Amino acid sequence: MTIAAKFEIEYLQYLDAEGKQVRDDLPEFAKDLGHMVELYKLMLSTRVFDAKSIALQRTGKLGTYASCLGHEAAHVGIGSAMRPEDVYAPSYREYGAQLYRGVQPREVYMYWGGDERGNDYQKEPARHDFAWSVPIATQCLHAAGSALAFKIRGEKRVAVCTIGDGGSSKGDFYGAINIAGAQNLPLVAVIVNNQWAISVPRKIQSGAPTLAQKGIAAGLFSIQVDGNDIIAVRKAMEDALERARSGQGGSVLELVTYRLGDHTTADDARRYRGEQEVKDGWNKEPMKRLRNWLVAKKVWDDAKEEAWKAECDEWMDNEVNAYLETRTQPVSAMFDYTFAEIPADLAKQRDYVLSLENKGH
Amino acid sequence: MAQITLIEAVTQALAYEMAHDDSVVVLGEDVGVNGGVFRATQGLQEKFGELRVLDTPLDETTIAGVTVGLAVQGMKPVAEAQFEGFIYPMMEQIACHAARMRNRTRGRLTVPAVWRAPWGGGIRAPEHHSEANEHLFTNIPGLRVVMPSSPARAYGLLLAAIRDPDPVMFFEPKRIYRQYKEEVPDDGEALPLDVCFVLRDGTDVTLVTWGAQVKEALEAADALAADGISAEVIDVATLTPLDFDTIAESVQKTGRCVIVHEAPKTAGFGAEIAARVAEECLYDLLAPVERVTGFDTHIPLFRLEMKYLPSVERVVDAAKRTLAAS
Repeated sequence: MTIAAKFEIEYLQYLDAEGKQVRDDLPEFAKDLGHMVELYKLMLSTRVFDAKSIALQRTGKLGTYASCLGHEAAHVGIGSAMRPEDVYAPSYREYGAQLYRGVQPREVYMYWGGDERGNDYQKEPARHDFAWSVPIATQCLHAAGSALAFKIRGEKRVAVCTIGDGGSSKGDFYGAINIAGAQNLPLVAVIVNNQWAISVPRKIQSGAPTLAQKGIAAGLFSIQVDGNDIIAVRKAMEDALERARSGQGGSVLELVTYRLGDHTTADDARRYRGEQEVKDGWNKEPMKRLRNWLVAKKVWDDAKEEAWKAECDEWMDNEVNAYLETRTQPVSAMFDYTFAEIPADLAKQRDYVLSLENKGH
Repeated sequence: MAQITLIEAVTQALAYEMAHDDSVVVLGEDVGVNGGVFRATQGLQEKFGELRVLDTPLDETTIAGVTVGLAVQGMKPVAEAQFEGFIYPMMEQIACHAARMRNRTRGRLTVPAVWRAPWGGGIRAPEHHSEANEHLFTNIPGLRVVMPSSPARAYGLLLAAIRDPDPVMFFEPKRIYRQYKEEVPDDGEALPLDVCFVLRDGTDVTLVTWGAQVKEALEAADALAADGISAEVIDVATLTPLDFDTIAESVQKTGRCVIVHEAPKTAGFGAEIAARVAEECLYDLLAPVERVTGFDTHIPLFRLEMKYLPSVERVVDAAKRTLAAS
């Protein structure tokens, strides 16, 4: 028998669900316990932020909101591995990565609170990242196009996109990894496989045993990672970014995690999944294992946890207040950013709307 | 000075802008070594290299989405859709991202990109190679829809489209790609966007059209002149944002309006112009507005396609009906 091609998908994990180290070869960054505490703190602040967002929605102060509960290791792992000059193209729930890159909670609230200015990230490096992308997987091609721009200009920058398990079914995802393989582009495509695309389970998305192996078809380095283990996520991301930056091509990472919350606040997951499954999800969630590991290393304890939570609460309260105090944009704002300069024909429509405002309509 | 065709004017504009602006890149299927199936990008890869004239994988979605990414990073991509009948997979990226990126980020990210597509029927092409679907794009906010009708306007409008800070659909009427030549100086001079061109002054009836039908309209104007009827001919050129003032001024003068386009009649862009004429010029009209268009059918395969496309005779008949009405 002649074999035309052969491949395998590695599964990467350092910490099991209880926080026990399953391998000894810790990556360099994980030996810096101070840094690991910082990562834990950001994961915790992401969770506090998420709870605050849901509370805002439940009290009518936010529109529909997509929670990131359970994705903290995946998202912070992605954001913390990237360099400032890299470019991130998220979908719509990767707050852990985005907060790391300078997106402010008030901007998230503004976006889900019905104000486009939430997409106008004020702080670098988020300021040069893409905005949230609701049409599934379309952002993968924006990352591929960015990676192509970096290659054309000879810049040592990497474009990173994230999609869900559902997003990996779309042609945009395949198109992005396909051109990345064909053109050797510095692209890292990360599938955050949280097992559910609204009500549709992972097994209905694809017959492939791993989603990572879709990258093999495009000729990219491909790996499956425990997405609840931040050490594994960060390590896989660092390696992928380094390969891309040094011209060794793109990667596909599948981060296996679990969506502990509803798809969005407009969803009720009890309609389509059982309690036991969610309980199992909580047993494997990302905060507990890292906390256990840090506590065992004697760099974290309950007092620190409470103190940091209190700080996060204060931070989020400030952000919520800033959001709630934001005045609605003037009605002309819906016209002002349609083109660089408003065309005469459109200006007539704007003037009409302004005349209604002046009449008090 | 060399006389060139419309397709050569497209190539000339691309070459000029690529030579003067490093951020301009061309991408699409077969645009490289082959120079495009119509040869619009002929010789560009030799001149500017494989990265700036990039043969993409055969996937329209990829071309459109990568174009958005390039543009957001400060490049000025000119993407080629091989035929307008293959443009549909690109529409999500164009409508959901290219056209709204500036708006949804309050100006933080922008998409200065051009999508070129050979457009329309009349070249005896296979199925899906003869569509006129500009009206599917004229309803998308934040997007310019431009169609040249001569070599000089192809050159000047394409330069303007590439230099424009917002996304532009640039539909090239392939029936007149090689129909005639004219002098087009390679001087880098762009023509204005968002402006209708009055190609012929007249006093009795206004013929409003764009793209390949400009030829029929001008020939109809000649035929009408032979009967003592003075027709004004307007090439809309930029469909959106529309320069309706130029059309209104003409209709107020002539009192009669015939709109000519190749796309199906219902909800074609002619419907928008007719509605605007009704809104703004009703009391100037001496006769009902006429539309001479393709039919609300799929454009037939090529044995029948010339029966589908607006002909000089149909335009002349319509113009004469407006004169008979008053």
